[in-house]
Amino acid sequence: MKLMRCPVNGWRPIQEFSYGGALRPMPPPGECSDRQWADYVFHRSGAAAVKKEWWCHLASGVWFIAERDTATDEIQRTYLYGEDDRHE
Amino acid sequence: MGKTTAMSERLGPQPGERIDREQPVDFAFEGRRYRGYRGDTLSTALWASGARVLGRSFKYHRPRGIFSLSGLDCNALAENRDSTNLRMDTTLIQPGMEARAVNTWGGVRSDLYRFTELFSPFLPVGFYYKAFHRPRSLFPFFERRMRRIAGLGSIHPDQPLQATPKRYDFCDLLVVGSGPAGLSAAIAAAELGLQVLLVEEDRLPGGTLGFQLPGEPQAGGLLAELLGRAAALPNLEIRAGTTAAGCYADGWVALIDSRRLTKLRARSLVAAAGCYDQPAVFRNNDLPGVMLASAAQRLIHQYAVKPFSRAVVLAANTDGYRAAFDLHRAGVKVALVADLRPQGEGSRWRDEVAGLRIPIRTGAAVLEALPALGKRGIRGVLLCPLDWRGDPLPVKSEPIACDGIAMSVGWAPADGILRQAGARMGYDQTLEQYVPDRLPAGVFAAGRVNGVYALGDRLEDGRRAGRQAAVYLGKAGSAAPAAAPRRGPAFSHPYPVVPHPRGKNFVDLDEDIQLDDIRHSLQEGFDSAELLKRYSTLGMGPSQGKHSNLNGSRILARLKGRSLAATGLTTARPFTSPVPLSHLAGRIFSPQRRTPIHGRHRQLGARFMVAGSWLRPEYYPVPGSDRRAAIQAEAQAVRGRVGLVDVGTLGKLEICGPDAVAFIERMYTGRFAKLKEGRSRYLLMCDESGMMVDDGVAARLASDRFYVTTTSGASDAVAREMARWALIWSLQVMVLNLTGAWGAMNLAGPRSLEVLQPLTDIDLAPEAFPYLGVREGRVAGAPARLLRVGFVGEWGYEIHVPADAAVGVWDRILEAGKAAGIRPFGVEAQRLLRLEKGHLIMGQDSDGLSYPAEAGMDWAVKADKPFFVGQRSLSILKTRPLTRRLVGFAFPESYGGPVPRECELVIHEGEMAGRVTSAAFSPTLKQVIGMAYVHPELSAPGTAVPIRTGGRRLVTARVVELPFYDPGNLRQKQAPVS
Repeated sequence: MKLMRCPVNGWRPIQEFSYGGALRPMPPPGECSDRQWADYVFHRSGAAAVKKEWWCHLASGVWFIAERDTATDEIQRTYLYGEDDRHE
Repeated sequence: MGKTTAMSERLGPQPGERIDREQPVDFAFEGRRYRGYRGDTLSTALWASGARVLGRSFKYHRPRGIFSLSGLDCNALAENRDSTNLRMDTTLIQPGMEARAVNTWGGVRSDLYRFTELFSPFLPVGFYYKAFHRPRSLFPFFERRMRRIAGLGSIHPDQPLQATPKRYDFCDLLVVGSGPAGLSAAIAAAELGLQVLLVEEDRLPGGTLGFQLPGEPQAGGLLAELLGRAAALPNLEIRAGTTAAGCYADGWVALIDSRRLTKLRARSLVAAAGCYDQPAVFRNNDLPGVMLASAAQRLIHQYAVKPFSRAVVLAANTDGYRAAFDLHRAGVKVALVADLRPQGEGSRWRDEVAGLRIPIRTGAAVLEALPALGKRGIRGVLLCPLDWRGDPLPVKSEPIACDGIAMSVGWAPADGILRQAGARMGYDQTLEQYVPDRLPAGVFAAGRVNGVYALGDRLEDGRRAGRQAAVYLGKAGSAAPAAAPRRGPAFSHPYPVVPHPRGKNFVDLDEDIQLDDIRHSLQEGFDSAELLKRYSTLGMGPSQGKHSNLNGSRILARLKGRSLAATGLTTARPFTSPVPLSHLAGRIFSPQRRTPIHGRHRQLGARFMVAGSWLRPEYYPVPGSDRRAAIQAEAQAVRGRVGLVDVGTLGKLEICGPDAVAFIERMYTGRFAKLKEGRSRYLLMCDESGMMVDDGVAARLASDRFYVTTTSGASDAVAREMARWALIWSLQVMVLNLTGAWGAMNLAGPRSLEVLQPLTDIDLAPEAFPYLGVREGRVAGAPARLLRVGFVGEWGYEIHVPADAAVGVWDRILEAGKAAGIRPFGVEAQRLLRLEKGHLIMGQDSDGLSYPAEAGMDWAVKADKPFFVGQRSLSILKTRPLTRRLVGFAFPESYGGPVPRECELVIHEGEMAGRVTSAAFSPTLKQVIGMAYVHPELSAPGTAVPIRTGGRRLVTARVVELPFYDPGNLRQKQAPVS
């Protein structure tokens, strides 16, 4: 069983977490085209890469972002939403 | 049973033997009585008594004896009353034990299935896939036959359930293997302060120190010394009889012992599991008497059993010469040492063996073993010389008489755990062995699995690995010494395989796979390691290829003209050894939720049903009345008098904060800004694609505070999604999930006001507390929130109280309602009542592709709001034609057949035109009613829609306007007349 670091609760077994999908910025709903909107709602890239993902620590309800290499399943870093010190 | 067989092959006391000669143990095998000593295994006690046929092979039922004596091969599998597929090599004898070999017909000595072998020319590799698939109807017959013949032990389904406890554990360093390398790694790490756990698969620690090295003078006392140092370290624990069977992410290791599974979290890992002794491939290399040299040494040193009387040793390394030396000292006449290498042995062990006047023939291989009568052993060998490349020359030697062959021609690393941990193995040309090539952080290898053979080197390599683990964990300075040298000469022969025109030269003993089977697989195109494994089943038996994968790879590489490095290995997966399913079976760690009133439902004799994670009363059975009648009586009580249902499973969220209104407007499709305090409104939630995902009621308690209900199954997911959106939108809002903290019940029916008023300080008068009103006050002394809702279509109150007060309130209401004829009702009656009202249940009358317009829910969607989740998608969907509509339907009143089930089909002109989502017999309307998705063209009221009912017949229903009952909602709004 994997371990994951919750930015608030520290290292916890992966069972305590729930995956919340990829982090996808919403296009402005009033301005974007139908195609752009459909792309946002339905399309996901399955290509292996380091991805930004939503994860929730279920026991405490903390949502945060994890950067995970989907080829190796290595979780590289986790941080609270909006608290990424690197370029978003 | 006759008299007990004597222990004719037992040697005098050996230093370090595992048996207790003071404690004889009597047992039976295959109906014969034997005696062994406490500490003997089934195999060793039988071998000591002269028995040679311990098992039968899987496919051809050839006699099999001791092969590795490590517990890793499956030549000798036994069953007794309680267990099956017991590995006889490691199963200790017990007084009174009655064991027999698995899968024989008439016993192991003269198994009648042995005649299967006569057909072996007609049982080619991939035989299963080629035969018996035509005609198809006969396959079950053949399958049963084949499974019976080619099978393992039988199971007894009447066995009582065994409790299998699990253990959780953790350590800084897990060391796998307790040979010289493992012990010195564990000691070095523990001396640097690490919490160390050392596991050993064998019953006792020591590894090769216990059976292979006693012949080596400097090894004397080394094991005792290492164990003494280990025992003095309080932070070092040794667990023998424990297998590290699986390694998963982040140091999560499955440890298996005889009783339980331990889930261990190890911060670092040293694999010092050693190597598996590898057989040579020659004709009849599987018969009793042909064994690995290490097995012969285990017999001698650990069990004081003489392996044979007269032996030929087949060697390609120093270990073979050591074994010849040990055999001689145990009183075995060693007829010859045949050395596969043209240059022979270079160490002093050659002289030791020569000094015993044992003839040594270099550049020679065993061509075949000559079977004894009934193949129950061997009576001699034929040798053949090898040419300069190591290929056999077609020259047979004169037969050399012997009753045993001890082989030591190579070693395969026990690298299962290492590879599961992410290590990459590379082929070392000097050692002719796979060695770790790249190790992940925190994972180390030491000893022979690391390609280090000399005893001194192994001790040093273990110290290095233990120290490196300490450096990795920050417990030691980073001046870790360099890796111990991997130096030759090789202990493995590059190709210990001798072809024979008449075959029966086995590569895999588990599955009876011969050299030619591999050749044929390749000819048929299965020419990669993974394909070969699956097609030929090489390495797929219970020993998981521990004695066959390496030779298989060598053969594959040679036949393909490739190097071993290019041939590759099959993937290493957990578990490294078979694990009884009972070790893995266990409790499910997902709780089943019960409402605070659950105990009362049980007292009332409720029939419970599983609803998501909840257990809910389906209905309350009535003596002398069937399920349907009981449910209908419950529903009629609500329509005619008053009923009480536990709705504590509803999701209950409190949403508060300055942005609470803005937040709810974004989360749900409706408008809530103008919802007055003390009022409630229906809520519908869509996902981003516009599909309906949840509904409920929002009650405004204050300008910045809402009490929101969700469907029973969705409370956690809805609360979680809300928290995420609040974060994304940076709104000042708090979502509290009170689902478990509060209980809830719905009091419904024309007499509900009259029942409830005496119990509460809230004025229930219709003008003071109108339909859809919300009030806070006390009910039966408990703080309560009352919502006037109409889900079941009658005057009613949803009563929310803290969970610990729920039972009291439930009791008081039932008590107060006695005179009015109150009746508790369950989920089924509630479903029926809401169906009469045409109310949807999310997930039942909607699916993952239902959007509001399809379900007639457009009234709940305020598309002109600035934003809500799903809004943009719904605006796109609005431009498309509907493909289906949810409609109500009714069967003719004369219909008396079964009620259609969910998902039964609507048929129009012979085509599927929709499906039923809910249906029931309505006692109020006296006919079968339901809801269904149908083509829009069939949705007009009055349309005839044939519905396939009860799986067969078509019943013509009529589309009916919803709701079926009380279209003006007068009953829930107007003051009761009673």
